[in-house]
Amino acid sequence: MVAPAALRVVRCGGSSFHGARAVFSADSKQVGPGPGPGPGYLLCASGDFVKMYSVATEETLRLMGGHADLVTGIQLNPHNHVQLYSSSLDGTIKLWDFMDGIPIKTFTVGSKLLALYALASFEDSVFVVIPKRGERATFQLVSVKLTKAAGQDLEAKELSVVLDGVDASPKSIAFGREGEYVASVKEIDLQVYFFKQKQLNRFSVSAAKTKSGNNQFTCIACHPTEDCIATGHADGKIRIWRNFYHKKEYIYSTLHWHHDTVMDLAFSVEGDSLLSGGVESVLVLWHNQSECEKDFLPRLGSPIEYISMASDGTLCCTLHTDNRITIINSNLRFARSIQGLIKSADIKTGLVVDPRTKALVLNGEPGHLQFYCLQSDQQLFSLDIVQRQYIHQAGLNQADLVKVAFSARGKWLATVEEREEVTDPELQLKLWFYDEEAQSFKLNTRINMPHEDQITDLCFRDMDELEDDSVILVTTGRDRVFKVWVIVEDTDPEAQQSVSWSCDFIGSYHNYQATNCCFSEDGSLLAVSFEETVTVWDSVTWDLKCTFCHPPGKIRNICFGRLTCSKYLIGVSDDGFLCCWNLLSCALEWSAHLNILVLQPDPLSEYIAAVSWLSKESSLFVFKPNEPRPIYIQRNLCREKIQLAAFIPRDEPETVGSEKYLWLRRSQLFFLTDTQELMTLSTKSLQERLTPASKQLAVEESLPVTPFSLLLGKHRRQQSQDDIDLGKLFVRNKCEQDSPAVKELLHTPAHVLPSASFLCPIFINSLLISKENKSAEEVADEVEMESEKPEDDSDEERDVTEMEQENTSPLELFGEMTCKLPKSQEKELRKIRKVDYSWISAF
Amino acid sequence: MGEFEVHRVRFFGLVPAGIRCLACQPHGARLALARTDGAVEIYNFAANYFQEKVIPGNQARSVEALCWVAGDRLFGAGLGGEITEYDLFRLCAAHSVDGGGGPIWSMAANNSGTQLAIGCEDGSVKLFQVVPGGIQFGQNLNRQKGRILCLSWHPSDTHIAAGSIDVVRVFDVSSGQTVQRIMMNYRVHKVKRECIVWSIAFLSSGTVVTSDSFGRVQFWDWERGTLQESHTVSTSAVLSLSVSEKEDSIIVGTSTGATYQFQLLPVKTGSLEKRWVRTKPFQHHTHDVRAVAHSSTALISGGLDAQLVIRPLVEKMQKKGYDAALRKFTFPHRCLVSCARKARLLLFQFSQHLELWRLGSTDKTGESQGPALVQALWQSPRCLQDFEHELSCAWAGPEHICCSCVSPCGSWVAYSTASRFHLYEVQYDGDSVSVKKVPKVPKLLLPAYQLQFSADSGSLFIASAQGSVHVLQLLEPGGCKHLHTFRPLSGCPEAVYLLAVSADGHWLAAVGGDWAIHIYNLKCFKHHCTVPTYNCAVTALAIHPVTNNLVIAYSDQQLFEFSIPEKQYTAWSRMVQNSGLHKVWLERDSPITHITFNPKNPSHILLHDIYMFCILDKSLPLPDDSALLMNQTTLKQLPETARQWQLHAFKICKKFQPLLFADLLDENCLVMVERPIMDFKTQLPLPIQQKKFGT
Repeated sequence: MVAPAALRVVRCGGSSFHGARAVFSADSKQVGPGPGPGPGYLLCASGDFVKMYSVATEETLRLMGGHADLVTGIQLNPHNHVQLYSSSLDGTIKLWDFMDGIPIKTFTVGSKLLALYALASFEDSVFVVIPKRGERATFQLVSVKLTKAAGQDLEAKELSVVLDGVDASPKSIAFGREGEYVASVKEIDLQVYFFKQKQLNRFSVSAAKTKSGNNQFTCIACHPTEDCIATGHADGKIRIWRNFYHKKEYIYSTLHWHHDTVMDLAFSVEGDSLLSGGVESVLVLWHNQSECEKDFLPRLGSPIEYISMASDGTLCCTLHTDNRITIINSNLRFARSIQGLIKSADIKTGLVVDPRTKALVLNGEPGHLQFYCLQSDQQLFSLDIVQRQYIHQAGLNQADLVKVAFSARGKWLATVEEREEVTDPELQLKLWFYDEEAQSFKLNTRINMPHEDQITDLCFRDMDELEDDSVILVTTGRDRVFKVWVIVEDTDPEAQQSVSWSCDFIGSYHNYQATNCCFSEDGSLLAVSFEETVTVWDSVTWDLKCTFCHPPGKIRNICFGRLTCSKYLIGVSDDGFLCCWNLLSCALEWSAHLNILVLQPDPLSEYIAAVSWLSKESSLFVFKPNEPRPIYIQRNLCREKIQLAAFIPRDEPETVGSEKYLWLRRSQLFFLTDTQELMTLSTKSLQERLTPASKQLAVEESLPVTPFSLLLGKHRRQQSQDDIDLGKLFVRNKCEQDSPAVKELLHTPAHVLPSASFLCPIFINSLLISKENKSAEEVADEVEMESEKPEDDSDEERDVTEMEQENTSPLELFGEMTCKLPKSQEKELRKIRKVDYSWISAF
Repeated sequence: MGEFEVHRVRFFGLVPAGIRCLACQPHGARLALARTDGAVEIYNFAANYFQEKVIPGNQARSVEALCWVAGDRLFGAGLGGEITEYDLFRLCAAHSVDGGGGPIWSMAANNSGTQLAIGCEDGSVKLFQVVPGGIQFGQNLNRQKGRILCLSWHPSDTHIAAGSIDVVRVFDVSSGQTVQRIMMNYRVHKVKRECIVWSIAFLSSGTVVTSDSFGRVQFWDWERGTLQESHTVSTSAVLSLSVSEKEDSIIVGTSTGATYQFQLLPVKTGSLEKRWVRTKPFQHHTHDVRAVAHSSTALISGGLDAQLVIRPLVEKMQKKGYDAALRKFTFPHRCLVSCARKARLLLFQFSQHLELWRLGSTDKTGESQGPALVQALWQSPRCLQDFEHELSCAWAGPEHICCSCVSPCGSWVAYSTASRFHLYEVQYDGDSVSVKKVPKVPKLLLPAYQLQFSADSGSLFIASAQGSVHVLQLLEPGGCKHLHTFRPLSGCPEAVYLLAVSADGHWLAAVGGDWAIHIYNLKCFKHHCTVPTYNCAVTALAIHPVTNNLVIAYSDQQLFEFSIPEKQYTAWSRMVQNSGLHKVWLERDSPITHITFNPKNPSHILLHDIYMFCILDKSLPLPDDSALLMNQTTLKQLPETARQWQLHAFKICKKFQPLLFADLLDENCLVMVERPIMDFKTQLPLPIQQKKFGT
C-alpha cells in the first residue's frame, strides 16, 4: 500500500442518466455471452462517466471516466463498432475503446458540447450542439472535423455551422436516412436541412395554445429508410411529417395516445414501427404509423426519458427519470431492467441501513422502499409499502412513504406513509416482520392514524441481545405527543399471527411538538426532543429523567454517544449550534457554532459525523463526543448540498494508514446530495481508482479460439496441475491463475502496448516454470499486485482483504517472516520481491 | 342606427335531410348532391359553391347513387330500382328506366361516358348504353349472390370492380365474366362477422381500393388478387371513398364522422417507389359521412348530419384567403319562409307540409342605447293548426313542395310541387281559420320555381321554366285569372329561380338559371330591360319601395344597385364598385339569402345570410380594408364625437344564428327566424357511441 493520500470524495452511484440516450454496442455475435445473438453491452452516460453494462447479466462492467464535466452525448463510432465517441460539457470529445475502457483520443473543441451525433455517411466529422458565441440561450448545430493526426490530445477547431437556433436538448435533433438531411425542432418550429441540395425548409405548427394544451415540439425522430419525420409534442400528440422537401405541399398526420408530453420517440430499425414514451410510464408501439394499430408495454414504473434501439433491432431500451434502465425485447416484452440507485422525487425516509443485508434503504419508486446494494451498485429488491396503484399524472396527491426504521437485527421494519391533505392527512404506520422462509418482509400490523398529525420521527429500541418482547418502537408526532408501541400476544385465536403491535405509552412535554427521538445504546434511556427542549425518559418506567435546553434554537437532530462515549447526548439546533450534554452531570459539556444539517453516529464506533452547510459548501466534521475537538475536518466536501448521510459497516475492518482516518476503519460513510448522487470518502488516490481495475471481463470467456490462446490455455492447465501437485500449499485466486504480465498483455489493446522487444522478456519470463519453493512467494506477489489495484467495488475489496489474510498462513508456514513486522518494513520487502528473479532459477 | 322590436322566432322546426351521395362533375365546376329524402342539389364551384339548383325530392324516389355522364348529364339511381335522368333546366326528373334487378345500390359511368353500370340487390351488374335522350339496356355481367354495394370502372373501361358483402369481384366488360374474386379477410375479429365493402375505386395502375365495415382502407392488386396495403383508419365502418383525378389522393369518410385523406407519396426524394400514406384526419361531422368527393382543389364530404363540408386543399391554392377557407353548409341557400307583413303571419315551408304561424304581440319594449337591436318578448305564437291540417289533407302524392308563398295581407297561400300548383284562400275569424282551395286554377306549365305575391296582394307571379314568369290576377272571393306570361326576348332554356316585385306594382325582376336579370313592366306587360350580365350567380334581389332601385346580391358577395327607371347602375353602385367592398365582407362564405328595405329610412338596405344580419346605410362612407368591419362594440366604447368618425356603412349583427329569415314587419319591428343547430341535432338519430378520453 502506498502512503495514504488525503481523503477524496468519490461518486459511487446514483448520478442521473439524464445526459443522453443510451447506446447498444453493435451486433456482436462473437462477443455476446448472453442468450442468442444480439448486442452484448449497453453504454450509458452517467454523470461525468460512461457506464458499460452487460445486457445479459445487467452488471456494470466498466466505468469510463475522464471527462471533467457532465457527459452529454455518446455515440458509437460508425466506422469502428468497438469505439465510442463521448462529448461532455467540458468541451471535449473523447474516443474510447469501450471493450477495454481506454481513451484513445481526446479532441478539444473549446465550447460546451450539449449533444453529439455521429453518422456513417460523414467520414471524419461528428456533429455537436454548442452555444452560439455572444448570445445567451441560443445554440447551433455544428459539424466538427476530427483530425486524424497522431497523438492522444488533439485540437478540433474546424467547425462549420449546419443549423442555427436549435434546441439544447439532444432529443430535438435527428438525422434522416443515410445522413441526407437533418431535422431540428424548437418550440413550434421544425427545420429540415438537406445536405446535398443545401436547402433549408422551415415548418411550424400553430402557436396558439389550444384547449388541449400547447403543441410545442418536444422530440424528433427520423425514419431510417424513408423520408419521414416523427415529432413529439407537449400535448401528447405525435406528428408524422412527409413530403417535407416541398415547402408547401408538406403533409403531416397525427397520432394521439399520450395524455401528457411525449418525452422521446424512436423508429424501429426497419422503420415500420415507432416507439414513443412519456410520463405515463407506458411504452407505445405504433405499427405502420397508424392510429388504430398500436401496442403497449405498461407499468414501466416511472416516466420514460429516452428510448434507444439496438442497431440490429432485437432490443430497445428506455431510460427513465428515476435512473432505471429497462431493456425490452423486439416483441415488446420486458426483458430486464438495470437499476442502480432509483431516483425518487423526494427522499423523505432518509438513508437507512438494513442490518441484515447492509443495503442502503430509502425511497424508491413512489410508494416503494428500495434496498440498494452498495457493492454491486444494484437494487436488491423493492418493497411495496403503500400497495396502491400509482397514477402517473402531475398534480395528484398520492400516498408516499415518509419514514422507515429497522430494528437492530432487521427483524422488524416500521414504515410510515402519508398522503398530504390540507384538511385531514392520511397516515398509516405499518410494521413488517421479516419472514425467514419467504426471505422478505411480511406485514404484521397496520395502524391507521397512529398520530393525529404528521409523524416526525420513529426509532426502535436497539437491543441486540434481548428477546423479542423487549422490542419497542417510539414515534413522535406533530400532535405534541410521542407514543411507545410494544408487541402484544394476540388473544384472538382466529388471528393469523401470534403477535401484533399496540400502543403502550403516550408521553408529552409542555404541549410542545415532538420532533426527534433516540434510544441510548443500552436501551435504558429515550431522548425525545420537543421543539427547543430535549427530554430524557427512562425506558422502563417512562419517567421523565431530565431535560436539556439550549435556547433559542429548535432541535433538529439528536443522538446518543456510543461505547466509551455513551454518557453523552448530542443535539443539533437549527440556529446553528451543536451541543453535547453529559448525562451524568446533566450539564452542557461543550457546544460549537455550526450549521449542521446531517448528524450521523457510526453504529460500530464512538465517532459521529456531522455535515454542515455554510456559504454554499458542505463541510464534514468527525468528532468523538468526549472531546470537543473534531478528529477530522474536510472543508468543501462537494458543491451540492448534502442531504443525508449514513455509515455502512464494513464487513472487515479496513487497514487505514493514518490515525486521522481511523474513524473509517469499521464503517464507510456515504452521502446523498440533493441531486441524489451517492458519494463516499475514499483514502485511495485518484489514479488508482480511475484505472479500470475490474478486469473480470466477459470478454475472456468469449474470446475466439486462436492457436495462441490454445497454447496459453495448455500452459495454464499445466500450471494448475502443477499447483495441485504442489499439495495445495497456497490459496489461489479462483480463476485468474496466470501471471499479471500475461494478463496485462492480453487485456491491453495492441495499439497502446509498448514495443514487442520490451514485452518479450516479460512474456517469456512469465511462461517459465519457477521452482516450487519460490512459487509461494511468487503467488503472494501476484496476489499482492492484485490487491494493489484498488477496486471500485468494495465487493472485490472484500475478496482482496480475505486473500491478504489467507496469504499470511503460507508465509507463516514457510517461516520466512512473521506477520508482526511493522508495516513499512513489510512494504519494503514486498517491493524487493516484486522484481522477478525466478527465471534465474531455471538456469 | 335604429332600434327595432324583434320577434325572435325559434319554432321553425326545419330538419335538413342527411346527405346520401355526392358527385363531382368531371373536369367541371359543379357538384351534384343527393339527400336521403331524394332531393338533388347542384352546387356551383365557380360561384363560391352556391347552391344553384334544387330538384325537389320525391318520397317514392330515393337516390343511392349519382353520376355525371358525358359532361353535363346527371343520372341518379335508387332503391326504387329505377335509373333517372335529371333535367337540369327544368329541375325535375326527365325520364326513368327500370333497372330490372331490384333496388339499385350503386351506379357508375365509364370514362368515355357511353355506358352506365348499375349494381343491384339481386347481385347483378347491368350495363346501360347512354344514348341521346335516354339510356338503353346493354348487357348483364355474370350474376352472383349478394347485393352489389359499390362499383367502379377501370379508367380504360375494360373492367369493372364491384364490391359486395365479404367479396370484391372484377368483371371483364367485353365478355361479362368474373375474372377475379377477392375474398375480404373477414376473420379479423374472433367472431365471424360479415365484411361489407362500402366503397370501391379502380385505379389505372390496376389497384383496387376498398373501404369496408371493419374500418379498413385496403389496396389490392386486382390481377393477382393480393393485398398490397391495408390501413385501419377507424374502429367503425369506412363508408365512402373518392379518388382524385390524378389518382394521387384519396378521401375516405367513416361512420364516426371523421374523414381522412390518403396521399400517394414517394418513399424517398426522387425515388420512384410510392406509397399511400394516411395524412390528414378531419372531424367535421357528428354523424356518418355517407358521401365524399374529391375535386381538384377541395375535399368535399357530406354526412347524415346534413352538413356539406368543403375543405379546400390549401397546398393547391396560390395564396391563403377566401378560397382556402373551410366551408360548411347546413341550410339551403334560399328562403323557406315567407312573411305576411300586414297580417303578421309566417309561412314555413317543409319538404312535405307547410306551417302558418301568427306572431305574438309584444307587451314590453326593452330599453337600450346606441345602434343596437332590441329584442322583444313575444307572446305565445300559435301555429294555425287548422290550416296545417287542411294543407296536410290537401297534400297528395309523394312529391316534395318546391316553393310556397303567403300574400302580404295573409289571405292567400300558394304552393307548388313538381306536378301540381295549389292556391288557397285563408279566412281568419278570431282564432279559427278556414282554408278554402281556389278552384279552377289555370293550367300552367309546371313546375313553379318561385312564387311571389304583389305588395297589394292583387296578383301572384309564378316563376316557371324557360325563363318565363306567369302573372295571375287574384279575384275576391276565391278566384284567379291568368293575365300574362313574360318571356325573355332572347329566350332562355333555364328556369327562373328568383323574383322581385316593386312595392308600387310597376316592376318585376326575374332571375333565370343563366343568371341574367330581366325586368318587366307590369303596367304594359312589356320587357323593360336586362341588367348587365355579371359573371356570378344571383343569390338575392329586391326592389326598393321608394326609389325603385333593384338591389342585387351575388354569390361572390358583391352588391349592385340598379336603377330600373334609368336602366343603369346607380351612382352609389358605381362608387361601391370603384372603391371595392371590405375584405372581410368579401371573405364571408355564405350567400346573402334575403334583402329588404326600411321604407322610413330609404338609405337603408337590410340584408342577411345564415350567420349575420346587416343594415347597409348608403349615406355613410364605405369602410376601407384597414377599418374594422364589425365595429359596433368598439363604437359603443367611444365618445359621441369620436363615434362620428368611425361610422361606416355596414352595421352587422351576429346575435341571431343560424338566421334563416329576417324581414321588417313595419318601421320598427323585425322578425328573425332562427334555427339553433343544437335543436336540430337533437332530432337526428344518435351517432355512434365513441369513448373519449377524460369523459
